Amino acid sequence: MIALAIIAPLSFAILMLILSNRPSMQRWAALPASLATFVITIFIFYFSLTSDIQTVQAGNWQAPFGITLVVDTFSAMMLVISGVLAVLLSAYSIGQIDPQRIKAGFYPLFFFLITGVNGAFCAGDLFNLYVWFEVMLMASFVLVALGGERIQIEGAVKYLIPNLLASTLLLCAIGLLYNLVGTLNMADMAIRLKNVQPYGQVTVVAVLLLIAFGIKSAVFPLFFWLPASYHTPPVTITALFSGLLTKVGVYALYRVFTLLFTQDVVYTHTLILLLAGFTMLSGVFGATAQTDMRRLLSFHIISQIGYLLLGLGLFNQEALAAGIYFMVHIILAKTALFMISGIVFELKGSYNLKQLGGLYATKPYLSLMFLLPALSLAGLPPLSGFFAKLALIVAGFALQQYPIVAVGLFVSFFTLYSMTKVWNEAFWKNDIESVHVHQGRVSIWLWAPTLGLVALSTAAGILVAPLYTICQIAAAQLSDPSIYITATLGSIP
Amino acid sequence: MILLFAIASGVLFATGIYMLLRRSLVKILIGLLLLSYAVNLLLFSSANLIPAKPPIIPPSENTPPPGFADPVPQALILTAIVISFGTIAFAMVLIRQSHIVSGTDDMNKMRCSDLPCETDEVVDKHSIEVDKKGDIPA
Repeated sequence: MIALAIIAPLSFAILMLILSNRPSMQRWAALPASLATFVITIFIFYFSLTSDIQTVQAGNWQAPFGITLVVDTFSAMMLVISGVLAVLLSAYSIGQIDPQRIKAGFYPLFFFLITGVNGAFCAGDLFNLYVWFEVMLMASFVLVALGGERIQIEGAVKYLIPNLLASTLLLCAIGLLYNLVGTLNMADMAIRLKNVQPYGQVTVVAVLLLIAFGIKSAVFPLFFWLPASYHTPPVTITALFSGLLTKVGVYALYRVFTLLFTQDVVYTHTLILLLAGFTMLSGVFGATAQTDMRRLLSFHIISQIGYLLLGLGLFNQEALAAGIYFMVHIILAKTALFMISGIVFELKGSYNLKQLGGLYATKPYLSLMFLLPALSLAGLPPLSGFFAKLALIVAGFALQQYPIVAVGLFVSFFTLYSMTKVWNEAFWKNDIESVHVHQGRVSIWLWAPTLGLVALSTAAGILVAPLYTICQIAAAQLSDPSIYITATLGSIP
Repeated sequence: MILLFAIASGVLFATGIYMLLRRSLVKILIGLLLLSYAVNLLLFSSANLIPAKPPIIPPSENTPPPGFADPVPQALILTAIVISFGTIAFAMVLIRQSHIVSGTDDMNKMRCSDLPCETDEVVDKHSIEVDKKGDIPA
């Protein structure tokens, strides 16, 4: 079953390649295709709740020897989110992606990207994780550059170089780990790493992995590629990236720092906490200086990555549950905001806050749709961001990590400031010199998926209790590696 | 033997990172190439280099003779080579394309994605200034 989460988008990508001479057919085939992917992920999620961790041993090679796919509750949740985004963004792309880009292969790349993302969520083998990362990155490189505008090509160069460096470092870390323990299966590795003497070697590799995944997930000193590239492609692509790419990096960090590197927690997780604080601050301060809506939101991606790291750095079950809930919240809210910025561009022909204005007067419903995820991002009750931050802060207080909690609250305040700025400039103030490119109605294919995502994001806040229960199940599995190890290897040797 | 590999890999890493920090895109590309070689060497030596002991099981036995060479790193390298080939090939095309659209290969002049850029800016492909050493002046 879980292999289908990878096989399905892969076969749809191939189908799209077969249809490459028929852009309009691709456009309409993408939505049912991603719906099918979504249904598969829902089934996987359902099974992950009703049964234990699911595994697939590729080619029936037993666990430490073959390639293993492992899906625990955390992975299953991420798979569902990737399915949701695939559906909504393939609907959004119908209204937004131009025929040239479809001809150049937007849809095959879209599904290859989903393949890579789902593969990374399922990978139970560190080298396999690297390969899925590469599948995902390769698709994303082309997606950034697709269309070939000057700004896009420059953004793609800035995106490509650090990410290739990160892949190299990841590969280095994998080589060094293999040298230490002689296995690549993460469950097997988790057992053997405990016996490595002196343990300092493992910590070195852990930090190398932290840097590699840190570049990919835009952590504090390594995030500069993100605001330089994320705003360059069309909004569908930006939204897809903001929802999935950096989060896969964070997912990998959660996986390796709960499963593999749990011996020297005082060093590694304190480092993660420190990075979390700086990531939050630098992201939110970067955002205050921006006037381009997409660049502003890109900086907020960084600051939210800081909160995700906070959940990992605090490192107990409650904090991990809060981090996972935050992940769900941020993917939904941030993607919704990017989609709304796309509608704003469609209406006004600009992303620049200085040239925008008067949207509340003409489009009150759009304004409301912006307000919900924006306030959720800032953390106002009863929206999902409030509960996510509350859970993180409670966990931080319980562990007496007061400085980082203070940073979190401070950053939350600045997020509100940023969102208020967007609200004031784009929606509230009078229309000054609008460049109306689109006089008529915005396509239903832009409205409907955005509305759907805003509704989902709001629902994540209102239905916090059941969702948080699932997050706690996922966190319980993460904080007890023996569950994962037993499920993968059959028993603990 | 392992020391030789370590030194070679280290030198490649150092030169690769040095090249990666240059401003010219072509040099950055060379840096990425060198880094991928460095990491391949590192992977190759990750399971200790054992000469002339292939992991082949003799017909009469169930396990290979003790002290055999581990074949896994070689499988890893093959994968890594293929992947780096793909990514570097794409990087090469991208860098060529960026030279065509932006008319420069100097990272410092590629500011369109950071600062608002004149969209009607005339891009002259032949306007790159090169000094006698072949470098682009600051």
